[in-house]
Amino acid sequence: MAAAARFFIRGANSKLIGVGTGAHSSFGATLLKLSPSCNSRSKTQRRHAMHFTYQPDPVPTQYGPTQKMNFFQSVTSALDNTLANDPTAVIFGEDVAFGGVFRCTVGLRDKYGKDRVFNTPLCEQGIVGFGIGVAVAGATAIAEIQFADYIYPAFDQLVNEAAKYRYRSGNLFDCGNLTIRAPWGCVGHGSLYHSQSPEAFFAHCPGLKVVIPRGPVQAKGLLLACIADQNPCIFFEPKILYRSAVGQVPVESYTIPLSQAEVLQEGSDVTLVAWGTQVHVIKEVANLAQEKLGLSCEVIDLQTILPWDTETICKSVVKTGRLLISHEAPVTGGFAAEISSTVQEECFLNLEAPISRVCGYDTPFPHIFEPFYIPDKWKCFDAIKRMINY
Amino acid sequence: MAAVTVSGIHKMYGLCSHAVRQTAGLRAARLLQQHRAFRVSAVHQQEPFDSSLEKPQFPGASAEFVDELEFIQPNVISGIPVYRVMDRQGNIINPSQDPQLSKETVLNFYQKMTMLNTMDRILYESQRQGRISFYMTNYGEEGTHIGSAAALDQNDLVFGQYREAGVLMYRGFPLDLFMAQCYANADDLGKGRQMPVHYGSKDLNFVTISSPLATQIPQAAGAAYAVKRENMNRAVICYFGEGAASEGDAHAGFNFSATLECPLIFFCRNNGYAISTPTNEQYRGDGIAARGPGYGMLSIRVDGNDVFAVYNATKEARRRAVAENQPFLIEAMTYRIGHHSTSDDSSAYRSVDEVNYWDKQDHPISRLRHYMSTRGWWSEDDERTWRKQSRKKVMEAFERAEKRLKPNPELMFTDVYHEMTPSLDKQRQAMFKHVQQYKEHYPLDLYDK
Repeated sequence: MAAAARFFIRGANSKLIGVGTGAHSSFGATLLKLSPSCNSRSKTQRRHAMHFTYQPDPVPTQYGPTQKMNFFQSVTSALDNTLANDPTAVIFGEDVAFGGVFRCTVGLRDKYGKDRVFNTPLCEQGIVGFGIGVAVAGATAIAEIQFADYIYPAFDQLVNEAAKYRYRSGNLFDCGNLTIRAPWGCVGHGSLYHSQSPEAFFAHCPGLKVVIPRGPVQAKGLLLACIADQNPCIFFEPKILYRSAVGQVPVESYTIPLSQAEVLQEGSDVTLVAWGTQVHVIKEVANLAQEKLGLSCEVIDLQTILPWDTETICKSVVKTGRLLISHEAPVTGGFAAEISSTVQEECFLNLEAPISRVCGYDTPFPHIFEPFYIPDKWKCFDAIKRMINY
Repeated sequence: MAAVTVSGIHKMYGLCSHAVRQTAGLRAARLLQQHRAFRVSAVHQQEPFDSSLEKPQFPGASAEFVDELEFIQPNVISGIPVYRVMDRQGNIINPSQDPQLSKETVLNFYQKMTMLNTMDRILYESQRQGRISFYMTNYGEEGTHIGSAAALDQNDLVFGQYREAGVLMYRGFPLDLFMAQCYANADDLGKGRQMPVHYGSKDLNFVTISSPLATQIPQAAGAAYAVKRENMNRAVICYFGEGAASEGDAHAGFNFSATLECPLIFFCRNNGYAISTPTNEQYRGDGIAARGPGYGMLSIRVDGNDVFAVYNATKEARRRAVAENQPFLIEAMTYRIGHHSTSDDSSAYRSVDEVNYWDKQDHPISRLRHYMSTRGWWSEDDERTWRKQSRKKVMEAFERAEKRLKPNPELMFTDVYHEMTPSLDKQRQAMFKHVQQYKEHYPLDLYDK
């Protein structure tokens, strides 16, 4: 499954985002170039236009010199810092040795050796089980699952083992040195098994941390925080941002604290909460709402799904009195339900309208219908309108 | 002639009949020799690509072409032989295989095996009386634990399933801590969180047991990889039953440890049953040992009721695993004499006669006792005295454990994460507040304050 996935995504990705992959062209990419329908600017391409506009954050100044990096390069930079500073750290997964199907591990094997950056057999339950073992023996384990969609074979190892290791042993043993990275979220054409956002499945599991960054600066800081954290962490990387999100990223190691949401824009009328790519959607929604409805939106990036920052969200809702939560994953049992219910409990007297969830529908993630499936800015905008008029 | 050779090969490995049947005489004999010396090089090298050679160039395997259609036959009739050092009367069969352990060592083996047996009997009974909630005995498998544990270094990391308490016993885990875990009292290192027999000891390098079967197998591979990078002359051993070997995680662990060259001993206790499921419903190949070569893993099958055979195989596997950084598979054939657990009545699916045979005629403890008696190392008097003494020790620990309070309920909330999270802290406070208000409905007096 992983091999087919690799050709499909890399080939098509390079076409749609327009970052050249000439140096590592794949069979899939070649096929696409030969196809006449792809050479002409056809309807096909219009349909695949990205559903958000990435706007880089202000250049961070507090962490020393910066360098222009896209999202995948900032991940590489974090891994590079880790291998340089921690001689026990190892990186492994399917196809990480040659640089990874999304280029996140390029150059690391040459720099640090093949005993530290290596391919495993194609078996997700093995990868996570192996990673737990490395961590139990006291070394730092950074495992990659090629797509978040393929993390389920390792669900048992993550939920029954990794999450419960410290608790069940009375703290005699733990796998706190384990970090699992996985590409996550929709990508325009990923269909059922290259688009999923499985964070809510893990949010129901005490013992794990689940973290999702929105851009290259957060990716590096949060990934380094996950690696340093003394608990097993799952780090989801929005794959649609790998090449499209570019910004100035500090070269040296730095961390952004886990379990802290970030208020990106202060506002007084509505609180908007999202994570990953969807943060860029709600940023646009905030502008639309300002422009068309004269509303002041407070935009919050949750960043850590578990354990999540209730305080920041509740504080904001106490101020604004309205809350919209948006995520790509299906609405039923999605993490918005947890946030919504908690805020309702904590901020009942402050709420002026029902909390609104704008999420994926309760269907599998479709191929050709993706533009209708995703909770895009117009769906979010409409929900705000209804909330204001409530 | 070819037929004879084929059966010879089958006896050894149960593999490769297709090539042999097409050849005769010398060619077959040569093949036989090659396979007798079945060996996996530590690093699997793909053949260098050379299109001029008239031989298969496929990157996935190194092999010759054949021009006749023949499927490889599994051999389950005459499987991998069972390595044995002493017979059922405790006589050494082949002196060259005698590990020649000292009297003290052998007495220690015997005392650890029988102490485990005594503890099993008392804790089994205590469960029947409702004094602990659950128990699993080790009857009939004491030899596999002690023999393998003795062949390891104390620093070697142990991953187990749940029926390997003898390994801990051998390493000196105190009776009080076995009991504390089963009673989930305030002395339990695991803080009373897991079901009985889920032991663990950081000091003794015995990784805490968990209920999900086979999950420890790929974990052991990861730990062995880390241990290899430490380069401190350590190995990892991973125990599991033949039923657990059907799990996907077993496949993962075998394959990872071979491709990533891990100093690891896989120790399979094949006791014939996974709860009620007999092995013919568990697999159709030649047990578990026959799977090892398929993963490129050196493999052996031993008589699990022969503590010396287990010891020898583990000792050699340990030596080579560390020296060569490669995994070994030991399948110890044995029989689960007791019920699967206290929640199981095994007479519902197997005959009493079958159980009696293994209990009375082929038991690891009685076999070692025969061996000691022959040498004059153990008399009836010694046996009587030791039985009394071991029973007394177990009963004393048992009584101490029963009297002890349970851990403070506070410990329900710690160690979920390394740190206490704000939301968990809130839940902790809410629980205590609630319990204070409704204290007559909770068993507070049984718990530490």
